Amino acid sequence: MNERQADASPLVLVIGNPNVGKTTLFNRLAGASGRVGNYPGVTVERRPGRLRLGGDGDSDAVELLDLPGCYSLSARSAEEQIAINAVLGRGDDPEPALALVVVDAGQIIRNLYLVLQLVELEVPLVVALNMIDEVEGEGPSAAAIERLFGVPVVATSARRGLGLEALAARIRECVRRPPRGRVAIDYPPALERDLATVQAALPPGLRASAARDRALALWALTSIDEHDELRDVDPGLRAACLAVRRGAGGRDLDDEVIATRYAFLDRYAPELLARADQHLRKRAASERIDRVLLHPVWGFAVFVTVMLVLFQALFSWANPGITLVEGATAWLQEQMAAHLPGGLLSDLLREGVVGGVGNVIVFLPQILLLFFFISLLEDSGYMARIAFLMDRIMKALGLHGRAFVPMLSGFACAVPAILATRTMERRRDRLLTMMVIPLMTCSARLPVYTLIIGALFPPAVGWMPVQGLLMVAMYLFSIVVTLAAAAVLGRTVIRGEHVPPILELPPYRLPDPRSMLRMMFERAWVFLREAGTMILACTVVLWALLSFPRPPPPSGVPSEVVRQHALAESYGGRLGRAIEPALAPLGFDWKIGVGIVGAFAAREVFVSTLGLVYGVGEQEDEAIPLRQRIQAERRPDGRPLYTPLVGLSLMVFFALACQCMSTLAVTRRETRSWRWPAFMFAYMTALAWSASFVVYQGGRWLGL
Amino acid sequence: MTLAHARPGERLIVEKIGGERAFRRRLMELGFVPGTPVELVGVAPFGDPIELLMRGCNLSIRRGEALWIAVRRAAGSAGGCDEVPMPAAAAMPCRSCDRR
Repeated sequence: MNERQADASPLVLVIGNPNVGKTTLFNRLAGASGRVGNYPGVTVERRPGRLRLGGDGDSDAVELLDLPGCYSLSARSAEEQIAINAVLGRGDDPEPALALVVVDAGQIIRNLYLVLQLVELEVPLVVALNMIDEVEGEGPSAAAIERLFGVPVVATSARRGLGLEALAARIRECVRRPPRGRVAIDYPPALERDLATVQAALPPGLRASAARDRALALWALTSIDEHDELRDVDPGLRAACLAVRRGAGGRDLDDEVIATRYAFLDRYAPELLARADQHLRKRAASERIDRVLLHPVWGFAVFVTVMLVLFQALFSWANPGITLVEGATAWLQEQMAAHLPGGLLSDLLREGVVGGVGNVIVFLPQILLLFFFISLLEDSGYMARIAFLMDRIMKALGLHGRAFVPMLSGFACAVPAILATRTMERRRDRLLTMMVIPLMTCSARLPVYTLIIGALFPPAVGWMPVQGLLMVAMYLFSIVVTLAAAAVLGRTVIRGEHVPPILELPPYRLPDPRSMLRMMFERAWVFLREAGTMILACTVVLWALLSFPRPPPPSGVPSEVVRQHALAESYGGRLGRAIEPALAPLGFDWKIGVGIVGAFAAREVFVSTLGLVYGVGEQEDEAIPLRQRIQAERRPDGRPLYTPLVGLSLMVFFALACQCMSTLAVTRRETRSWRWPAFMFAYMTALAWSASFVVYQGGRWLGL
Repeated sequence: MTLAHARPGERLIVEKIGGERAFRRRLMELGFVPGTPVELVGVAPFGDPIELLMRGCNLSIRRGEALWIAVRRAAGSAGGCDEVPMPAAAAMPCRSCDRR
């Protein structure tokens, strides 16, 4: 906003229904100039950019703002309110000079509903009649739409790059001479009287011309009610709307407004459309594909295959990238250890800063891969089918059908999975999904399970492969807990109003590689910039916890022993001892406590921290010395510390506890509040402690 | 009858939409206004949700909500929509005539 006030180039809103190629068009017009951010207070993407096509330098500079897709301007939540606020210039942006309305040529009547609302509000606008390539000469005529509303219409195909130069030229022209559209709709006389009442209650700041006031009254009547979640609505206006609604008796105001508008559009349909039965070839082809993809048997077969590929990709295709990042971090740390003078500063740089940057970048392979798949699924239209297929199951859990892909991704890593909750429109759906994703068995838990299972359980008893079964059991356990948590949280903490989903199944389309790449890198960049800084800071804090106070370096003892001693005496070590009373009922001692503190950086760090605690050096999960050391560990009374029961209790703890600062950092970034990451940490830790308590004490009671 | 009781492939005319305001307003804003022809395209594998074709657009709602939508069969559902008596409010051509 501040940048805008400085240059004050005119603002053009890009607005349109979902699935009309709005963002592709925006990307084509704005080039790579877009910087994504959020609307204040709501986690809805805000994408400003600068018109790059044509023009002759600064005198022609135009700012574009890509609004979230919407079918109408009417709103019931703060998220839906973004559109009307942007149109009126009541958000954080100035009043727009122009609105670029992107409409789907294959869905013209429904798309013109939004155009009609904007024209009623006297917003100067240009219509981009997009996806004109899909209607193949049968589409609506631009000239007829121009005649109907008196606004310029340019036929475009954002994907094929058709009509873009003409559109850019038209935008520049209209910014200088705003076109005024006109439309005259005769609402029922009773409604006109209601509108007059509401119009009279408009606050002075909102008033403009009589026509615009009437349009605002229409907006208020169709948006405001006793249960809406709108922000900053003038109390007088609200009171007037509620009074009118109460006085309406048996009349249905929404019906009067919406049906009258559609009757108007339908009356002109024959003029707008070359062929009345706009059943496009694209649709017919999509329906044929759907007969397979939504088939009870074949549809599920395809669905399972697609999900397996996605899962496999996150789980193993990302590995070379992850190994590369980890290798590079380790190499850099070795180089620093070898070439920098020893001391506090170089330790901080090596372990805190370089380690922290490594901790951030290591997520990129999975984030890029996941968003590659998500944009592929979204842009092709298959994501809507996934939601359709899974809705019945997800509904039982109180979740949205679209929650499936983020939940599945949670098996690989909660961080990209939480970022992926963006594909859901409603805040409540996103929150609920985010809160349960960290309960899925992510890949960082595997090294912990592998260590414990490998060290404490026999490979097989008789014909029963104990180790393998235990691993499977841990997965099943996490699925059951996740689903139960979703069901419980969705009925208690994150209740939210029930808004039944209306899912559009858009025709299948070939995804545009440029849009996909852009989405991948935007997501990665936002993660680096916003969550990354916090992960880096946490790494430094955690490093300090486990390194201070620093004992004087003794001589003549092996370095493992030095580090073991230093760790035990560090604040982290003391913290481990301080929480020992809380951990004892779970069967853990303070050394495990230190491991748990260390594992906050990432769960797999538990293994290497334990290696340090036991003085066997940093270890991999398959490492024999650590396993033997664990088996040899005794309690003060001589009994082995690590019994299979303690192992089980520890695994259950790791399955449920929120031992991951990166998850919390990314939740903070996605919810824009500290409350939700705090809640996530609290409820998961409480759950983990209680479950481990039940396992350990129950096991002891059973005599295990 | 309600939309939830329709059979796949059946062509219907919307008569009235009930239910919660947010839902019915959104549905109407998508063009689902009384008098609009709608076809039940299919049902998801577990019997819910259902897929509709309306104004050339495929959309899906849950069965529970479909109970709130009163419809009547388009006259000559098998033969085409020419003889469908349409209210003035929706004097629009039926978009689903020549499909399949």
